[in-house]
Amino acid sequence: MNFFAKLYYPLRKAWKAIGLYLVIAGPGMVVMVADNDAGGITTYAATGAKYGYHLIWFLLLLIPVAYYVQEMTVRLGAVTKRGHAEAIFDGFGAFWGWFSLLDLMIVDWLTLVTEFIGMTAAFAIFGVPPWITVVAVIVLMAVIVLNGRYWTFEKLALLFCALNLIYIPGAFLVHPAVRDVLHQGLIPNFAGGFNGQLFFFLMANIGTTIAPWMLFFQQSAVVDKGMLEKDIPWGRFDTLLGSIVTVVVAVFIIIVTGTVLPGIDIDSAAQAAQVLMKTDRYVGTFLAIGLFDAGLLGAICISLASSWAFGEIFGWAHSLNTKIRQAPWFYATYFIMLVSAGLIVLIPKAPLVLITLFVQVVAVTLLPAALVFLILLLNDRAAMGERCNSLRQNLIGGFIVVSIIVLSTLYGVSVLFPNLFT
Amino acid sequence: MSAFRNLLDKISAINARYREPRIEMSGGVRISLMVLRAYLLALVALMIYKFVLIVTQG
Repeated sequence: MNFFAKLYYPLRKAWKAIGLYLVIAGPGMVVMVADNDAGGITTYAATGAKYGYHLIWFLLLLIPVAYYVQEMTVRLGAVTKRGHAEAIFDGFGAFWGWFSLLDLMIVDWLTLVTEFIGMTAAFAIFGVPPWITVVAVIVLMAVIVLNGRYWTFEKLALLFCALNLIYIPGAFLVHPAVRDVLHQGLIPNFAGGFNGQLFFFLMANIGTTIAPWMLFFQQSAVVDKGMLEKDIPWGRFDTLLGSIVTVVVAVFIIIVTGTVLPGIDIDSAAQAAQVLMKTDRYVGTFLAIGLFDAGLLGAICISLASSWAFGEIFGWAHSLNTKIRQAPWFYATYFIMLVSAGLIVLIPKAPLVLITLFVQVVAVTLLPAALVFLILLLNDRAAMGERCNSLRQNLIGGFIVVSIIVLSTLYGVSVLFPNLFT
Repeated sequence: MSAFRNLLDKISAINARYREPRIEMSGGVRISLMVLRAYLLALVALMIYKFVLIVTQG
């Protein structure tokens, strides 16, 4: 009895903390899990199939990378109450502002097309025609954002984040040798030696971990949610938890394809799901459902990132807490992006492969700029006050940003000139 | 036509509002922005080169 009495208060305290986290949770978790979008799932599936468990350790290294970059957007949003686009306009003037805004629009739209490619391919496995998938997705996304409350949107998005965990039971179904996963996956090594192809895969994994839209989305979401400076510790925790979940999901995808499809060249996650269907129907189904969910979550966040950015700059009402009549341009931007991207996928013989490659190249023009602006804005003592970057944060953030810029640039260049590193 | 004019007016107003960067242009900031400009120009040149290669090689 005494034992239970002693447990009561710590448990109540922990329960309260969990309750508080569930109120504050959202932007960090949603943006990180949405980062495992259709393109991300393809990259992880291909990595597992090509290199087995050998690159799991590398993915684990990406947890702090994703955390440190996104944590800066939490501070910037909570302190300045401005989205990333508005912060760039205000901080660096109209030239860099327009450059970032228009580049963001192009990258987001192209990425949206790739999300639709992933979603239609995933449901095509179950015999659903692409046009039904596109219409269903647009209707579902309308229901999610048109309820007039940021809170409802966020909790629905978190539900889809939970569905992303489907890869974990999927990995258990293929019965991987735990000893091999730990031995090959956790000890840093380069399977088959360090060559051009391995370098391409490493760069692709980094490229899918930090995308330009993530900076814009999380900062705007922090503002729309109404997070204050006192909420920053919870925002950090949310971002850290999100970065761990996103990498854990990626690791389990690698375990699935590394166990069932070792040594096979995979071009898309849908192709991996189709091959898996032949060996294990349940695992193939899990992969296809996960691919659809990833595409949907990515599409929701990417369209919102653009709508928020345009609303901030053009001075339109731009909150999910507003009804369509109060913020017509905000919702119009959202649906124009969404519907046009969906229609592209339905065009017969549309150059979808070219679009997928083009996304990676165009993203390289925006990511370095957005990251450099992020670091500079975090050093603006006049705006950030005591939340300004410390020397330690600048050293860590600076190192990560420079590394990402170099590697993502090499990735973009290798997409343009495929034979450069082979 | 008036919608197009409204849009142009809006863009002019945005340009006027954000004409001057608010951040203090210290040496570090200037160098960062200059490197960024050079980087983007190099990247655009690379893309144009690739485009020309695709066009000329069919």
